[in-house]
Amino acid sequence: MGEQLHPTQTIDERAPAIEVRDLHKSFGDNEVLTGIDFTVDHGTVVCVVGPSGSGKSTLLRCVNRLEEPTSGQILVEGIDITDPDTELDRVRSRIGMVFQQFNLFPHMTVLRNLTIAQQRVKRRGRAEAEKIARANLEKVGLAEKVDAYPAHLSGGQQQRVAIARALSMDPDMMLFDEPTSALDPELVGDVLDVMRALARDGMTMMVVTHEMGFAREVGDKLVFMDGGVIVEEGDPTEVLANPQHERTQAFLSKVL
Amino acid sequence: MTRRARERALTLSLYAVFLAIVVVFVLLADWEAISENFFLAEGFTGTWRSMILVAAKNTILYTIVAFVGGFVLAMVLVLMKLAPIPPFRWLATAYIELFRGLPALVVILFMGFGVPIAFGWRPPGGVVGAGLVALMMVAGAYMAETIRAGIEAVPKGQAEAARSLGMNGSWTMASIVMPQALRIVIPPLTNELVILLKDTSLLFVLGMAASQQELTVAARNFMSTGPSAGTATSLVFAALLYLAITLPLTQLVAWMERKQKRSR
Repeated sequence: MGEQLHPTQTIDERAPAIEVRDLHKSFGDNEVLTGIDFTVDHGTVVCVVGPSGSGKSTLLRCVNRLEEPTSGQILVEGIDITDPDTELDRVRSRIGMVFQQFNLFPHMTVLRNLTIAQQRVKRRGRAEAEKIARANLEKVGLAEKVDAYPAHLSGGQQQRVAIARALSMDPDMMLFDEPTSALDPELVGDVLDVMRALARDGMTMMVVTHEMGFAREVGDKLVFMDGGVIVEEGDPTEVLANPQHERTQAFLSKVL
Repeated sequence: MTRRARERALTLSLYAVFLAIVVVFVLLADWEAISENFFLAEGFTGTWRSMILVAAKNTILYTIVAFVGGFVLAMVLVLMKLAPIPPFRWLATAYIELFRGLPALVVILFMGFGVPIAFGWRPPGGVVGAGLVALMMVAGAYMAETIRAGIEAVPKGQAEAARSLGMNGSWTMASIVMPQALRIVIPPLTNELVILLKDTSLLFVLGMAASQQELTVAARNFMSTGPSAGTATSLVFAALLYLAITLPLTQLVAWMERKQKRSR
Protein backbone atom coordinates (compact mmCIF):
# COMPACT_ATOMS: atom_id res chain seq x y z
CA MET A 1 0.00 0.00 0.00
CA GLY A 2 2.98 2.29 0.52
CA GLU A 3 1.31 3.82 3.56
CA GLN A 4 3.77 5.03 6.20
CA LEU A 5 2.73 3.32 9.43
CA HIS A 6 6.05 3.49 11.23
CA PRO A 7 9.32 5.36 10.47
CA THR A 8 11.36 2.16 10.26
CA GLN A 9 9.08 -0.87 10.45
CA THR A 10 7.07 -1.95 7.41
CA ILE A 11 4.22 -4.37 6.91
CA ASP A 12 5.51 -7.92 6.84
CA GLU A 13 3.28 -10.03 4.57
CA ARG A 14 4.47 -13.25 6.18
CA ALA A 15 3.83 -12.12 9.75
CA PRO A 16 0.56 -13.12 11.44
CA ALA A 17 -2.26 -10.58 11.27
CA ILE A 18 -2.09 -10.15 15.03
CA GLU A 19 0.65 -11.37 17.33
CA VAL A 20 0.52 -10.72 21.07
CA ARG A 21 3.64 -11.30 23.17
CA ASP A 22 3.61 -11.48 26.96
CA LEU A 23 0.87 -8.87 27.31
CA HIS A 24 0.16 -7.49 30.77
CA LYS A 25 -2.50 -4.96 31.62
CA SER A 26 -3.36 -3.49 35.02
CA PHE A 27 -5.99 -1.02 36.11
CA GLY A 28 -4.40 0.41 39.24
CA ASP A 29 -3.63 -2.56 41.48
CA ASN A 30 -5.94 -4.84 39.56
CA GLU A 31 -4.00 -6.95 37.04
CA VAL A 32 -6.51 -7.90 34.35
CA LEU A 33 -4.15 -9.55 31.86
CA THR A 34 -1.24 -11.51 33.27
CA GLY A 35 0.96 -12.57 30.39
CA ILE A 36 -0.95 -13.28 27.19
CA ASP A 37 0.70 -14.83 24.11
CA PHE A 38 -1.30 -15.66 21.04
CA THR A 39 -1.64 -15.11 17.29
CA VAL A 40 -4.34 -14.58 14.74
CA ASP A 41 -3.34 -15.75 11.25
CA HIS A 42 -4.47 -14.01 8.08
CA GLY A 43 -7.88 -15.10 6.87
CA THR A 44 -8.80 -16.93 10.05
CA VAL A 45 -11.54 -16.41 12.62
CA VAL A 46 -10.44 -16.59 16.25
CA CYS A 47 -13.18 -16.64 18.88
CA VAL A 48 -12.34 -15.65 22.44
CA VAL A 49 -14.64 -16.95 25.16
CA GLY A 50 -14.59 -16.97 28.92
CA PRO A 51 -16.46 -15.82 32.03
CA SER A 52 -17.06 -12.11 32.54
CA GLY A 53 -14.07 -10.41 34.12
CA SER A 54 -11.69 -12.88 32.47
CA GLY A 55 -10.00 -10.05 30.54
CA LYS A 56 -11.17 -11.05 27.06
CA SER A 57 -12.61 -7.64 26.17
CA THR A 58 -9.54 -5.90 27.58
CA LEU A 59 -7.34 -8.11 25.40
CA LEU A 60 -9.38 -7.21 22.32
CA ARG A 61 -9.26 -3.50 23.16
CA CYS A 62 -5.48 -3.67 23.58
CA VAL A 63 -5.14 -4.88 19.98
CA ASN A 64 -6.06 -1.43 18.64
CA ARG A 65 -4.79 0.28 21.77
CA LEU A 66 -8.11 1.56 23.03
CA GLU A 67 -6.53 0.22 26.21
CA GLU A 68 -2.89 1.04 26.83
CA PRO A 69 -0.97 -2.19 27.56
CA THR A 70 1.06 -2.09 30.77
CA SER A 71 3.81 -4.21 29.23
CA GLY A 72 4.36 -6.63 26.39
CA GLN A 73 4.18 -6.32 22.63
CA ILE A 74 1.35 -6.29 20.12
CA LEU A 75 2.31 -6.72 16.47
CA VAL A 76 -0.25 -5.99 13.80
CA GLU A 77 0.97 -7.30 10.42
CA GLY A 78 4.47 -7.22 11.84
CA ILE A 79 4.35 -3.63 13.10
CA ASP A 80 4.70 -3.10 16.83
CA ILE A 81 1.77 -0.88 17.78
CA THR A 82 3.05 -0.46 21.34
CA ASP A 83 6.01 1.48 19.90
CA PRO A 84 5.43 5.23 20.44
CA ASP A 85 6.67 6.00 16.91
CA THR A 86 3.87 3.99 15.30
CA GLU A 87 1.28 6.08 13.43
CA LEU A 88 -1.50 4.74 15.61
CA ASP A 89 -4.39 6.45 13.79
CA ARG A 90 -3.29 4.91 10.49
CA VAL A 91 -2.91 1.47 12.01
CA ARG A 92 -6.35 1.80 13.60
CA SER A 93 -7.92 2.71 10.27
CA ARG A 94 -6.81 -0.74 9.02
CA ILE A 95 -8.45 -2.54 11.97
CA GLY A 96 -12.24 -2.52 11.98
CA MET A 97 -13.87 -2.60 15.41
CA VAL A 98 -17.44 -3.50 16.34
CA PHE A 99 -18.67 -2.72 19.86
CA GLN A 100 -21.22 -4.34 22.11
CA GLN A 101 -23.16 -1.06 22.32
CA PHE A 102 -22.88 -0.37 18.53
CA ASN A 103 -21.65 3.21 19.17
CA LEU A 104 -23.14 4.66 16.02
CA PHE A 105 -22.94 8.46 15.95
CA PRO A 106 -26.51 9.44 16.90
CA HIS A 107 -26.34 12.95 15.44
CA MET A 108 -25.54 11.71 11.94
CA THR A 109 -27.49 9.78 9.32
CA VAL A 110 -26.49 6.21 8.56
CA LEU A 111 -24.77 7.40 5.38
CA ARG A 112 -22.75 10.06 7.25
CA ASN A 113 -21.80 7.48 9.89
CA LEU A 114 -20.22 5.49 7.09
CA THR A 115 -18.56 8.33 5.18
CA ILE A 116 -17.11 10.64 7.83
CA ALA A 117 -14.00 8.59 8.61
CA GLN A 118 -13.53 7.63 4.96
CA GLN A 119 -13.36 11.31 4.04
CA ARG A 120 -11.35 12.48 7.04
CA VAL A 121 -8.96 9.58 7.45
CA LYS A 122 -8.77 7.95 4.03
CA ARG A 123 -9.08 11.31 2.24
CA ARG A 124 -11.68 9.93 -0.12
CA GLY A 125 -13.91 12.32 -2.04
CA ARG A 126 -17.53 12.51 -1.05
CA ALA A 127 -18.89 10.69 -4.10
CA GLU A 128 -16.44 7.82 -3.73
CA ALA A 129 -17.06 7.54 0.01
CA GLU A 130 -20.82 7.43 -0.53
CA LYS A 131 -20.48 4.80 -3.22
CA ILE A 132 -18.44 2.57 -0.91
CA ALA A 133 -20.86 3.25 1.96
CA ARG A 134 -23.87 2.22 -0.14
CA ALA A 135 -22.11 -0.94 -1.29
CA ASN A 136 -21.38 -1.94 2.31
CA LEU A 137 -24.93 -1.17 3.44
CA GLU A 138 -26.07 -3.42 0.61
CA LYS A 139 -23.76 -6.12 1.95
CA VAL A 140 -25.37 -6.01 5.43
CA GLY A 141 -28.86 -5.85 3.93
CA LEU A 142 -29.72 -2.28 4.93
CA ALA A 143 -29.40 -0.36 1.66
CA GLU A 144 -32.76 1.34 2.22
CA LYS A 145 -31.66 2.87 5.55
CA VAL A 146 -29.06 5.31 4.17
CA ASP A 147 -30.95 8.40 5.31
CA ALA A 148 -32.23 7.06 8.63
CA TYR A 149 -30.86 8.17 11.98
CA PRO A 150 -29.55 5.45 14.33
CA ALA A 151 -32.31 6.07 16.89
CA HIS A 152 -34.85 4.88 14.33
CA LEU A 153 -33.15 1.51 13.80
CA SER A 154 -33.50 -1.66 15.84
CA GLY A 155 -30.48 -2.88 17.78
CA GLY A 156 -29.75 -5.53 15.18
CA GLN A 157 -29.93 -2.98 12.38
CA GLN A 158 -27.67 -0.61 14.30
CA GLN A 159 -25.10 -3.33 14.78
CA ARG A 160 -25.16 -4.22 11.09
CA VAL A 161 -24.70 -0.53 10.24
CA ALA A 162 -21.76 -0.50 12.66
CA ILE A 163 -20.23 -3.44 10.81
CA ALA A 164 -20.80 -1.66 7.48
CA ARG A 165 -19.14 1.45 8.95
CA ALA A 166 -16.05 -0.56 9.89
CA LEU A 167 -16.00 -2.30 6.49
CA SER A 168 -16.11 1.04 4.67
CA MET A 169 -12.53 1.68 5.80
CA ASP A 170 -11.39 -1.45 3.90
CA PRO A 171 -9.88 -2.98 7.03
CA ASP A 172 -7.39 -5.83 6.89
CA MET A 173 -8.99 -7.38 9.95
CA MET A 174 -12.01 -6.95 12.20
CA LEU A 175 -12.35 -6.99 15.99
CA PHE A 176 -15.75 -7.84 17.48
CA ASP A 177 -16.38 -7.05 21.15
CA GLU A 178 -19.43 -9.12 22.18
CA PRO A 179 -21.33 -7.90 19.11
CA THR A 180 -24.60 -9.67 19.94
CA SER A 181 -24.67 -9.36 23.74
CA ALA A 182 -26.81 -6.22 23.78
CA LEU A 183 -29.34 -7.56 21.29
CA ASP A 184 -32.78 -9.03 21.78
CA PRO A 185 -32.55 -12.78 21.02
CA GLU A 186 -34.60 -12.55 17.80
CA LEU A 187 -32.17 -9.98 16.36
CA VAL A 188 -28.98 -11.94 17.00
CA GLY A 189 -29.37 -14.12 13.91
CA ASP A 190 -29.16 -11.30 11.36
CA VAL A 191 -25.92 -9.99 12.87
CA LEU A 192 -24.36 -13.46 13.00
CA ASP A 193 -25.36 -14.01 9.36
CA VAL A 194 -23.44 -10.89 8.36
CA MET A 195 -20.41 -12.06 10.33
CA ARG A 196 -20.64 -15.52 8.79
CA ALA A 197 -20.64 -13.98 5.31
CA LEU A 198 -17.58 -11.91 6.23
CA ALA A 199 -15.74 -15.00 7.40
CA ARG A 200 -16.65 -16.79 4.17
CA ASP A 201 -15.12 -13.90 2.21
CA GLY A 202 -11.86 -14.55 4.05
CA MET A 203 -11.87 -11.63 6.50
CA THR A 204 -9.45 -11.97 9.41
CA MET A 205 -11.59 -11.79 12.54
CA MET A 206 -11.08 -11.78 16.29
CA VAL A 207 -14.41 -12.24 18.04
CA VAL A 208 -15.11 -11.97 21.76
CA THR A 209 -18.43 -13.74 22.10
CA HIS A 210 -20.79 -15.87 24.13
CA GLU A 211 -22.24 -17.49 20.98
CA MET A 212 -20.74 -20.97 21.23
CA GLY A 213 -22.68 -22.14 18.16
CA PHE A 214 -21.08 -19.39 16.09
CA ALA A 215 -17.63 -20.21 17.49
CA ARG A 216 -18.00 -23.88 16.60
CA GLU A 217 -19.41 -23.28 13.14
CA VAL A 218 -17.35 -20.31 11.93
CA GLY A 219 -14.27 -20.22 14.17
CA ASP A 220 -10.91 -21.60 13.08
CA LYS A 221 -9.59 -21.33 16.60
CA LEU A 222 -11.19 -21.04 20.01
CA VAL A 223 -9.39 -19.31 22.88
CA PHE A 224 -10.69 -19.82 26.40
CA MET A 225 -9.63 -17.17 28.91
CA ASP A 226 -10.05 -17.04 32.66
CA GLY A 227 -8.42 -14.88 35.31
CA GLY A 228 -6.32 -12.88 32.85
CA VAL A 229 -4.63 -15.82 31.15
CA ILE A 230 -5.35 -18.10 28.21
CA VAL A 231 -6.33 -21.38 29.82
CA GLU A 232 -6.84 -23.39 26.67
CA GLU A 233 -6.92 -22.89 22.92
CA GLY A 234 -7.43 -25.02 19.86
CA ASP A 235 -9.89 -26.21 17.23
CA PRO A 236 -13.36 -25.00 18.36
CA THR A 237 -15.16 -28.31 17.84
CA GLU A 238 -12.39 -30.10 19.73
CA VAL A 239 -12.28 -27.67 22.67
CA LEU A 240 -16.06 -27.49 23.00
CA ALA A 241 -16.57 -31.25 22.81
CA ASN A 242 -13.55 -32.27 24.78
CA PRO A 243 -12.19 -29.51 27.04
CA GLN A 244 -8.89 -30.50 28.62
CA HIS A 245 -8.72 -28.03 31.45
CA GLU A 246 -10.94 -28.17 34.51
CA ARG A 247 -11.78 -24.45 34.33
CA THR A 248 -12.84 -24.78 30.70
CA GLN A 249 -15.05 -27.72 31.62
CA ALA A 250 -16.65 -25.76 34.46
CA PHE A 251 -17.34 -22.79 32.19
CA LEU A 252 -18.68 -24.83 29.30
CA SER A 253 -20.96 -26.86 31.54
CA LYS A 254 -22.62 -23.59 32.53
CA VAL A 255 -23.08 -22.06 29.09
CA LEU A 256 -23.74 -25.03 26.83
CA MET B 1 -66.67 8.24 59.02
CA THR B 2 -65.71 6.13 56.07
CA ARG B 3 -62.33 6.56 54.50
CA ARG B 4 -63.90 8.22 51.50
CA ALA B 5 -65.87 10.69 53.59
CA ARG B 6 -62.71 11.59 55.52
CA GLU B 7 -60.85 12.31 52.29
CA ARG B 8 -63.69 14.46 51.02
CA ALA B 9 -63.82 16.42 54.27
CA LEU B 10 -60.06 17.05 54.08
CA THR B 11 -60.29 18.32 50.50
CA LEU B 12 -63.20 20.60 51.38
CA SER B 13 -61.45 22.08 54.39
CA LEU B 14 -58.30 22.79 52.30
CA TYR B 15 -60.46 24.71 49.81
CA ALA B 16 -62.10 26.57 52.69
CA VAL B 17 -58.72 27.66 54.07
CA PHE B 18 -57.62 28.84 50.63
CA LEU B 19 -60.83 30.82 50.16
CA ALA B 20 -60.45 32.40 53.60
CA ILE B 21 -56.90 33.55 52.73
CA VAL B 22 -58.12 35.14 49.50
CA VAL B 23 -61.03 36.88 51.25
CA VAL B 24 -58.80 38.24 54.02
CA PHE B 25 -56.26 39.49 51.45
CA VAL B 26 -58.95 41.23 49.35
CA LEU B 27 -60.54 42.85 52.41
CA LEU B 28 -57.34 43.98 54.08
CA ALA B 29 -55.39 45.13 50.99
CA ASP B 30 -55.27 48.87 50.42
CA TRP B 31 -56.34 48.79 46.78
CA GLU B 32 -56.08 52.51 46.34
CA ALA B 33 -52.49 52.61 47.55
CA ILE B 34 -51.62 49.65 45.37
CA SER B 35 -53.04 51.11 42.18
CA GLU B 36 -51.62 54.58 42.80
CA ASN B 37 -48.14 53.44 43.73
CA PHE B 38 -47.63 50.41 41.51
CA PHE B 39 -50.00 50.80 38.58
CA LEU B 40 -50.22 54.50 37.80
CA ALA B 41 -51.41 54.61 34.18
CA GLU B 42 -49.19 57.55 33.20
CA GLY B 43 -46.23 55.56 34.43
CA PHE B 44 -46.78 53.17 31.53
CA THR B 45 -48.13 55.46 28.81
CA GLY B 46 -45.61 58.22 29.43
CA THR B 47 -42.41 56.17 29.71
CA TRP B 48 -42.78 53.18 27.39
CA ARG B 49 -40.53 54.69 24.74
CA SER B 50 -37.49 54.93 27.00
CA MET B 51 -38.40 51.80 28.94
CA ILE B 52 -38.85 49.51 25.92
CA LEU B 53 -36.94 51.10 23.03
CA VAL B 54 -33.90 52.08 25.09
CA ALA B 55 -33.79 50.23 28.41
CA ALA B 56 -35.21 46.83 27.44
CA LYS B 57 -33.23 46.94 24.20
CA ASN B 58 -30.02 47.63 26.14
CA THR B 59 -30.78 44.88 28.64
CA ILE B 60 -31.14 42.38 25.80
CA LEU B 61 -28.06 43.72 24.03
CA TYR B 62 -25.93 43.47 27.22
CA THR B 63 -27.21 39.96 27.85
CA ILE B 64 -26.29 38.80 24.35
CA VAL B 65 -22.84 40.41 24.46
CA ALA B 66 -22.07 38.87 27.87
CA PHE B 67 -23.48 35.49 26.83
CA VAL B 68 -21.53 35.23 23.58
CA GLY B 69 -18.33 36.45 25.23
CA GLY B 70 -18.90 34.12 28.17
CA PHE B 71 -19.49 31.18 25.82
CA VAL B 72 -16.25 31.78 23.93
CA LEU B 73 -14.37 32.09 27.23
CA ALA B 74 -16.06 28.91 28.49
CA MET B 75 -14.95 26.96 25.41
CA VAL B 76 -11.36 28.11 25.98
CA LEU B 77 -11.58 27.06 29.62
CA VAL B 78 -13.00 23.65 28.67
CA LEU B 79 -10.22 23.05 26.16
CA MET B 80 -7.69 24.04 28.84
CA LYS B 81 -9.32 21.55 31.21
CA LEU B 82 -8.83 18.84 28.58
CA ALA B 83 -5.22 19.85 27.86
CA PRO B 84 -2.55 17.15 28.20
CA ILE B 85 -0.32 19.51 30.22
CA PRO B 86 -1.36 19.85 33.89
CA PRO B 87 -0.59 23.60 34.32
CA PHE B 88 -3.33 24.47 31.80
CA ARG B 89 -5.77 22.32 33.72
CA TRP B 90 -4.78 23.93 37.03
CA LEU B 91 -5.17 27.40 35.58
CA ALA B 92 -8.64 26.65 34.21
CA THR B 93 -9.74 25.04 37.48
CA ALA B 94 -8.42 27.97 39.52
CA TYR B 95 -10.23 30.45 37.26
CA ILE B 96 -13.51 28.56 37.41
CA GLU B 97 -13.42 28.12 41.18
CA LEU B 98 -12.46 31.77 41.73
CA PHE B 99 -15.19 33.30 39.61
CA ARG B 100 -17.90 30.91 40.74
CA GLY B 101 -17.00 31.68 44.32
CA LEU B 102 -17.22 35.48 44.06
CA PRO B 103 -20.42 37.54 44.02
CA ALA B 104 -20.95 38.94 40.52
CA LEU B 105 -21.36 42.39 42.06
CA VAL B 106 -17.84 42.31 43.47
CA VAL B 107 -16.40 41.39 40.07
CA ILE B 108 -18.41 44.17 38.41
CA LEU B 109 -17.14 46.76 40.89
CA PHE B 110 -13.61 45.44 40.49
CA MET B 111 -13.66 45.67 36.70
CA GLY B 112 -15.68 48.90 36.62
CA PHE B 113 -13.63 50.86 39.14
CA GLY B 114 -10.71 48.87 40.53
CA VAL B 115 -8.93 47.85 37.37
CA PRO B 116 -9.41 51.16 35.49
CA ILE B 117 -8.00 53.08 38.45
CA ALA B 118 -5.09 50.74 39.00
CA PHE B 119 -3.91 50.41 35.40
CA GLY B 120 -5.39 53.45 33.70
CA TRP B 121 -7.49 51.06 31.60
CA ARG B 122 -10.14 52.77 29.48
CA PRO B 123 -12.69 50.04 28.81
CA PRO B 124 -14.44 50.20 25.41
CA GLY B 125 -17.95 51.56 25.95
CA GLY B 126 -16.86 53.22 29.18
CA VAL B 127 -17.70 51.86 32.58
CA VAL B 128 -20.56 49.76 31.14
CA GLY B 129 -18.06 48.03 28.86
CA ALA B 130 -16.01 47.13 31.92
CA GLY B 131 -19.15 45.83 33.60
CA LEU B 132 -19.91 43.64 30.59
CA VAL B 133 -16.40 42.21 30.71
CA ALA B 134 -17.06 41.35 34.36
CA LEU B 135 -20.34 39.61 33.49
CA MET B 136 -18.55 37.66 30.73
CA MET B 137 -15.85 36.55 33.13
CA VAL B 138 -18.38 35.26 35.63
CA ALA B 139 -20.69 33.69 33.03
CA GLY B 140 -17.69 32.01 31.36
CA ALA B 141 -16.81 30.21 34.59
CA TYR B 142 -20.34 28.84 35.04
CA MET B 143 -20.75 27.89 31.39
CA ALA B 144 -17.39 26.10 31.37
CA GLU B 145 -18.61 23.80 34.14
CA THR B 146 -21.88 23.22 32.27
CA ILE B 147 -20.13 22.37 28.99
CA ARG B 148 -17.63 20.11 30.73
CA ALA B 149 -20.51 18.20 32.30
CA GLY B 150 -22.07 17.92 28.82
CA ILE B 151 -18.88 16.43 27.42
CA GLU B 152 -18.75 13.92 30.24
CA ALA B 153 -22.36 12.98 29.53
CA VAL B 154 -21.45 11.81 26.01
CA PRO B 155 -20.88 8.04 26.27
CA LYS B 156 -17.19 7.06 26.15
CA GLY B 157 -17.99 4.60 23.36
CA GLN B 158 -18.58 7.51 20.98
CA ALA B 159 -14.99 8.70 21.15
CA GLU B 160 -13.77 5.08 21.08
CA ALA B 161 -15.71 4.35 17.91
CA ALA B 162 -14.28 7.45 16.24
CA ARG B 163 -10.72 6.62 17.34
CA SER B 164 -11.10 3.01 16.20
CA LEU B 165 -11.92 4.35 12.72
CA GLY B 166 -8.60 6.19 12.75
CA MET B 167 -9.91 9.68 13.51
CA ASN B 168 -7.46 11.69 15.59
CA GLY B 169 -8.21 13.32 18.94
CA SER B 170 -9.12 16.78 17.61
CA TRP B 171 -11.43 15.50 14.88
CA THR B 172 -13.09 13.19 17.37
CA MET B 173 -13.68 16.08 19.75
CA ALA B 174 -14.85 18.50 17.04
CA SER B 175 -17.16 16.31 15.00
CA ILE B 176 -18.26 13.52 17.33
CA VAL B 177 -18.12 14.56 21.00
CA MET B 178 -18.73 18.35 20.90
CA PRO B 179 -21.86 18.32 18.71
CA GLN B 180 -23.47 15.79 21.06
CA ALA B 181 -22.28 17.62 24.19
CA LEU B 182 -23.64 20.97 22.99
CA ARG B 183 -27.00 19.40 22.26
CA ILE B 184 -27.08 18.12 25.83
CA VAL B 185 -26.17 21.50 27.33
CA ILE B 186 -28.58 23.71 25.36
CA PRO B 187 -31.22 23.65 28.15
CA PRO B 188 -28.78 24.43 31.01
CA LEU B 189 -27.10 27.10 28.86
CA THR B 190 -30.49 28.71 28.27
CA ASN B 191 -30.97 28.79 32.03
CA GLU B 192 -27.57 30.46 32.17
CA LEU B 193 -28.89 33.03 29.70
CA VAL B 194 -31.86 33.78 31.97
CA ILE B 195 -29.59 34.24 34.97
CA LEU B 196 -27.32 36.50 32.93
CA LEU B 197 -30.28 38.60 31.82
CA LYS B 198 -31.22 39.17 35.44
CA ASP B 199 -27.62 39.87 36.39
CA THR B 200 -27.38 42.73 33.89
CA SER B 201 -29.41 44.64 36.51
CA LEU B 202 -26.25 44.63 38.66
CA LEU B 203 -24.61 47.00 36.16
CA PHE B 204 -26.83 49.51 37.93
CA VAL B 205 -24.02 50.18 40.45
CA LEU B 206 -21.72 51.55 37.76
CA GLY B 207 -23.79 54.57 36.76
CA MET B 208 -24.37 55.11 33.07
CA ALA B 209 -25.27 57.65 30.39
CA ALA B 210 -28.94 57.96 29.38
CA SER B 211 -28.45 56.09 26.13
CA GLN B 212 -26.73 53.20 27.95
CA GLN B 213 -29.41 52.68 30.58
CA GLU B 214 -30.73 49.19 31.07
CA LEU B 215 -34.06 48.32 32.66
CA THR B 216 -33.19 48.55 36.34
CA VAL B 217 -31.42 51.91 36.07
CA ALA B 218 -34.21 53.32 33.91
CA ALA B 219 -36.87 52.12 36.34
CA ARG B 220 -34.95 53.61 39.25
CA ASN B 221 -34.73 56.98 37.46
CA PHE B 222 -38.43 57.02 36.64
CA MET B 223 -39.16 56.61 40.33
CA SER B 224 -37.87 60.14 40.93
CA THR B 225 -38.53 61.87 37.61
CA GLY B 226 -41.13 61.70 34.84
CA PRO B 227 -44.87 61.08 34.88
CA SER B 228 -44.87 58.45 37.61
CA ALA B 229 -42.30 60.07 39.88
CA GLY B 230 -42.79 59.35 43.54
CA THR B 231 -44.35 55.95 42.84
CA ALA B 232 -42.96 52.47 42.17
CA THR B 233 -44.89 52.10 38.92
CA SER B 234 -41.69 52.10 36.85
CA LEU B 235 -40.34 49.18 38.90
CA VAL B 236 -43.49 47.19 38.17
CA PHE B 237 -43.09 48.12 34.50
CA ALA B 238 -39.48 46.89 34.53
CA ALA B 239 -40.51 43.71 36.35
CA LEU B 240 -43.17 42.98 33.72
CA LEU B 241 -40.65 43.55 30.93
CA TYR B 242 -38.11 41.20 32.59
CA LEU B 243 -40.80 38.56 32.90
CA ALA B 244 -41.87 39.05 29.29
CA ILE B 245 -38.36 37.92 28.30
CA THR B 246 -37.54 35.34 30.98
CA LEU B 247 -40.83 33.42 31.13
CA PRO B 248 -40.80 32.35 27.45
CA LEU B 249 -37.16 31.30 27.88
CA THR B 250 -37.82 29.17 30.96
CA GLN B 251 -40.83 27.62 29.21
CA LEU B 252 -38.58 26.89 26.23
CA VAL B 253 -36.10 25.15 28.54
CA ALA B 254 -38.87 23.04 30.09
CA TRP B 255 -40.07 22.07 26.60
CA MET B 256 -36.57 21.15 25.43
CA GLU B 257 -35.97 19.06 28.55
CA ARG B 258 -39.21 17.15 28.03
CA LYS B 259 -38.25 16.56 24.41
CA GLN B 260 -34.76 15.32 25.33
CA LYS B 261 -36.20 12.97 27.94
CA ARG B 262 -38.56 11.49 25.37
CA SER B 263 -35.85 10.93 22.76
CA ARG B 264 -33.79 8.82 25.17
